[in-house]
Amino acid sequence: MKKAEQPFQFKTVSYLTRIANEMATTLAQLEQGLETCSDTSIFNHTFQTLSHHHFLTQGFSNDFAQWVLAGCNRPELAEHLASLDIRDYLSLAELRADLKRLVSEYCEQYPQQAEQSAFEPFFFYEAIGVEVPLQMEAWTLQEFRDGLEKLSHAAFHFHFIASRLRLHLRTNDFSYWLESCLDLGTLARHVNRIDIYTNTLESALQKIISLVERELHS
Amino acid sequence: MSETMPIPLLISLDDYTPVLGEPEVAELRTLASRLQMRTVQMVNSTAMGGGVAEMLNRLVPILQELGLAIRWEVITGGNDFYEITKAFHNALHGGPYTMPPESFETFLAYNEQNLLRLQMEAEFIVIHDPQPVALIRARRDHSGHWIWRCHIDLSHPNPTVWGFLEAWVNRYDGAIFSSAEFARHLPVPQYLFYPSIDPLSEKNRELEPEFVRGTLERFGIDPGRTILTQISRFDRLKDPLGVVRAFQIVKRYFDCQLVLAGGGASDDPEGEAVLAEVREAVGNDPDVHIINLPPWSATEINALQRGSTVIIQKSLREGFGLTVTEGLWKSKPVVASAVGGIPLQIIHKHTGLLAHSVEGTAYQIRFLLSNPAIAERLGQQGRAYVREHFLITSSAKRYLTLFLHL
Repeated sequence: MKKAEQPFQFKTVSYLTRIANEMATTLAQLEQGLETCSDTSIFNHTFQTLSHHHFLTQGFSNDFAQWVLAGCNRPELAEHLASLDIRDYLSLAELRADLKRLVSEYCEQYPQQAEQSAFEPFFFYEAIGVEVPLQMEAWTLQEFRDGLEKLSHAAFHFHFIASRLRLHLRTNDFSYWLESCLDLGTLARHVNRIDIYTNTLESALQKIISLVERELHS
Repeated sequence: MSETMPIPLLISLDDYTPVLGEPEVAELRTLASRLQMRTVQMVNSTAMGGGVAEMLNRLVPILQELGLAIRWEVITGGNDFYEITKAFHNALHGGPYTMPPESFETFLAYNEQNLLRLQMEAEFIVIHDPQPVALIRARRDHSGHWIWRCHIDLSHPNPTVWGFLEAWVNRYDGAIFSSAEFARHLPVPQYLFYPSIDPLSEKNRELEPEFVRGTLERFGIDPGRTILTQISRFDRLKDPLGVVRAFQIVKRYFDCQLVLAGGGASDDPEGEAVLAEVREAVGNDPDVHIINLPPWSATEINALQRGSTVIIQKSLREGFGLTVTEGLWKSKPVVASAVGGIPLQIIHKHTGLLAHSVEGTAYQIRFLLSNPAIAERLGQQGRAYVREHFLITSSAKRYLTLFLHL
């Protein structure tokens, strides 16, 4: 079995939620908040919320879309916001710009609705991550498979979803390592194609384990 | 004066593995590995009774088992101290403050007395609620990390009392609230820590179906028919009359029973009055079961929740709403008002259904009874949401993360 030049170092992350002292009670205020809130707030309500709601496989994409739907009853805008796919973004600045653009366009088109009070306010939170290495590393595909099985949801989210912002690549830690250290480009691409919006974190992890096992037995 | 609480060790962290899964428990140990023998003090004002003591009774042993050198201290005071702190509590919820101006001096004097007995030397000191807030006087030269954990809703506090407390709170390194809605604008970092339930406690542990059935029958409830349940004190803010009206609407379309179970009617004159109003509204409908429970009824509440078809929480105002958490944990579809901490737990159409009126509550219940597959999905997703965010182990993880961050 091929041994990698560099091991895959499994890590986990635990997030504190900080209250950002910013809130929105109208779409116009949401537009303003999207301009002024911190990057950690954008991260919290988009990337991190997928970890918070990892067991939902339909109808949930990010906190902004959910609030626009449930708090403001604006399904059209909610749909636009929900359709933003975080895998298309390599920086929070790009994601923030698109979120803001969608809300701004809606507010311009429907100025009265932009000022209507929501059922409940939207509170901006910030995610503060504390990274901790797990006492596990993989030099071979078999060790990698064994490590996957021991990952918590947070560790899996860290490597498979949040990693894009770290790598600044349209891939994830697993695929990056499989391709660059084990020369398994096809497996890496298959892993990267698993849809995080229609899978739970658990089912996505199981699919990766299955793909790796198939590779091991081929 | 103050006392250090003995730490109960009946349940071990391994007992949570079947609930959480091995990787999640292992992750707690990994986080804690960097905090071995680091000192922590939790300080509150009561050892028994109330949600804070109940939570510390489980949280402290878990953190100790994870290797932290943790102590739980309880401050004490005379009747005058507790009269003042009760008045504080009511005023912080927005009520008037009628105690004399010297009450603030009395409050500080008791904090000072507790300080003489307590050794506030831990690296991480977590002070719970307003009663011990002035213990931060003990801090010297910015030593240790001091955090104020506020379990109550400060959204509309009486300005006199909050003005007094705020000056103390601002001396801390940070504050923790159960919801952003309950927080204040402060110059110190504020963190969101949800309250939590213990899945292994009497109120939440798994029960045998025979026990659930037997409990229902003991209260005269037919286990074979649809059961709608609200567990709450007989308190106007829980809107039991609204629940009865919603039930009466639902009953036009579905054969069902209503269970209103809770305490507060025997030791509270207003509770008695509310109970009488509910009885009058119900008349002699045999399908409504009003159960006035004593405080030691955790297992009965567990069984009533587990035996229910739909859980209701039609509060007009609410704290975090742990009865909602309990219902969700039991995989029950929940219909609840969008007040207080309830929208934090119920993501509408994902983990339950929110309502804003009696008619809305009735409509959502009818929707669930007409669509049992959706009701089941909401129940399952509600349980998954609680597992992730609202269990005592999630609280332990938040504290570990906070200590690592500070």
